[in-house]
Amino acid sequence: MSTQYLRPSSLRHRETHYCPGCGHGILHRIVSEVIDELDIRRTTAAVAPVGCAVVAYNYWNFDCSEAAHGRALAVATGIKRVSPDLCVFTYQGDGDLASIGLAETVHAANRGERLTCIFVNNACYGMTGGQMAPTSLIGQKTATTPCGRTPDTGEGWPLKISDLLAQLPGVCFVARCALSSPKEIQDTARQIKTAFQHQLDKRGFSLVEVLSPCPTIWQKNPVEAMAWIDTEMKKVFPPGILKTP
Amino acid sequence: MSGNEAIGEGAIRADCTLYAGYPITPQNELTAFMARRMKESGRSFLQAESELAAINMVFGAAAAGARAMTSSSSPGISLKQEGISYLAGCELPAVVVNVMRGGPGLGNIASSQADYFQATRGGGHGDYFTPVLAPWSVEEAAQHTMQAFDLADFYRTPVLVLADAIIGQMMEAVELPEASRFSRPLPKKTWALSGAQGRRPNIIKSFFLEEGGLERHNEHLREKWEKLREKEQQSAYYGPETARILLIAYGSQARIAKEAVDLLTKEGMRIGLFRPVSLCPFPDHALKKHAKEKKMVLVVEQSLGQMVEDVRRVIRDTPVLFFGKTGGGIPSSQDIVSHLKKVLEK
Repeated sequence: MSTQYLRPSSLRHRETHYCPGCGHGILHRIVSEVIDELDIRRTTAAVAPVGCAVVAYNYWNFDCSEAAHGRALAVATGIKRVSPDLCVFTYQGDGDLASIGLAETVHAANRGERLTCIFVNNACYGMTGGQMAPTSLIGQKTATTPCGRTPDTGEGWPLKISDLLAQLPGVCFVARCALSSPKEIQDTARQIKTAFQHQLDKRGFSLVEVLSPCPTIWQKNPVEAMAWIDTEMKKVFPPGILKTP
Repeated sequence: MSGNEAIGEGAIRADCTLYAGYPITPQNELTAFMARRMKESGRSFLQAESELAAINMVFGAAAAGARAMTSSSSPGISLKQEGISYLAGCELPAVVVNVMRGGPGLGNIASSQADYFQATRGGGHGDYFTPVLAPWSVEEAAQHTMQAFDLADFYRTPVLVLADAIIGQMMEAVELPEASRFSRPLPKKTWALSGAQGRRPNIIKSFFLEEGGLERHNEHLREKWEKLREKEQQSAYYGPETARILLIAYGSQARIAKEAVDLLTKEGMRIGLFRPVSLCPFPDHALKKHAKEKKMVLVVEQSLGQMVEDVRRVIRDTPVLFFGKTGGGIPSSQDIVSHLKKVLEK
């Protein structure tokens, strides 16, 4: 008897371009494992974001489209409406989903589109050099908040988009998870599987927010970055199930 | 029926499977028509939260291999340009209808032809063109919409139907085109997102970071465009072959210019009307033929002069004059007649 740890068939055998310690590699694999477990690789269409995961389609082994910055859920709506038998999901960062794409996000959710959204929250714009994101923490230093994010000077508060979306009747499932420990990585996989299952059961819009490390922009080593999720991010974005049918 | 409804009926007959729209005057009848007809025929109608969302819903449906359309009027079309650029870059077929109104800015809701540059020069960012058809009647509005779907599928490109408020709003008796699906054999959409069943995954993208990747892609788009430019020029001519004066106008303005031709013909003037039907590709070949041995060419537009630049590009050895009104002003047939007489007296 031996235990084999194999690459999911939904994940291509390819080196990623992500920085050391980045969460995208882990999350790509989680999504791939879930799609394998649900046996929906051949009936899945994903919409990749603008951001570091813009070329996620180079790593995933299922149909995929790009979308303009922020428009992923509008594109996904179009796909799902004409192909209701496909499992359609978006994979979006905080800037994509909660800033430039806020209208598309809220309205796709409010229509109750049978879509799943994987929302990667790393509290910054990673690909463009670490600018303030709508989810950046108070006091967090970024390229555009060199003194730290200060609500008093008009930089606003961290936007808890998942909490907002959970209020909408069209939304059936919202969970917030983290990638900061093996236990939480396993929990993230469970929540993503649940979210997909709700779509397959035609229940409505489902979303999983994933607190994900960005060591390069945070200027921390990978271990410190994981610790920062636990000590700082979770205070503002506590993990848990925000809504379930 | 109205032009706006005819566009909708054309889309229904062309098997449009998804329509996404957003309220804006003067094309609201089209959105309302689609809300009723798409739903009753079991297809997808979406009132989008914005023009941006509407064009991207069309992008998604097109990526999944369905025929899809959105419509708007000038300010809304400006918002859609991002999506049109992505459709062009990703080589996705779709139909976009612009029922033009006055601009710039919020402008007004009167008829206008001031989006000619935007429509015929790509409109969004990047190196691309999209075919543009300009109906001059309600019947042609339906025909052009059907034709636009075929052009889009054949060349894998977004196609614009460029109408204006007059065409959109006016009512005419219409002989609707047969619901025959294709005017030409169309390629199978093997590239579409349908699930990676028995094939490698399909990827829809316009992103090419690798060295030379985008250059190769854009060269491919250029080759496609050159083929389209040679094969898809459309125009119409009204008047005697012996005409010495040539009027040039498109869309609703061509209707008015035709009246001017009739008035002046009665007075004994040898005059004809050349009407570009495809604005992009511009009908260079036919125009060159009709411009031969003319004393003068007069371009009439509801703008400060946009198509006239294409006419001057094509006609080099004959004086090309311009007459137009902007901001909702419409040159009447009498205005055209008076202007022409004044110019000829000089």
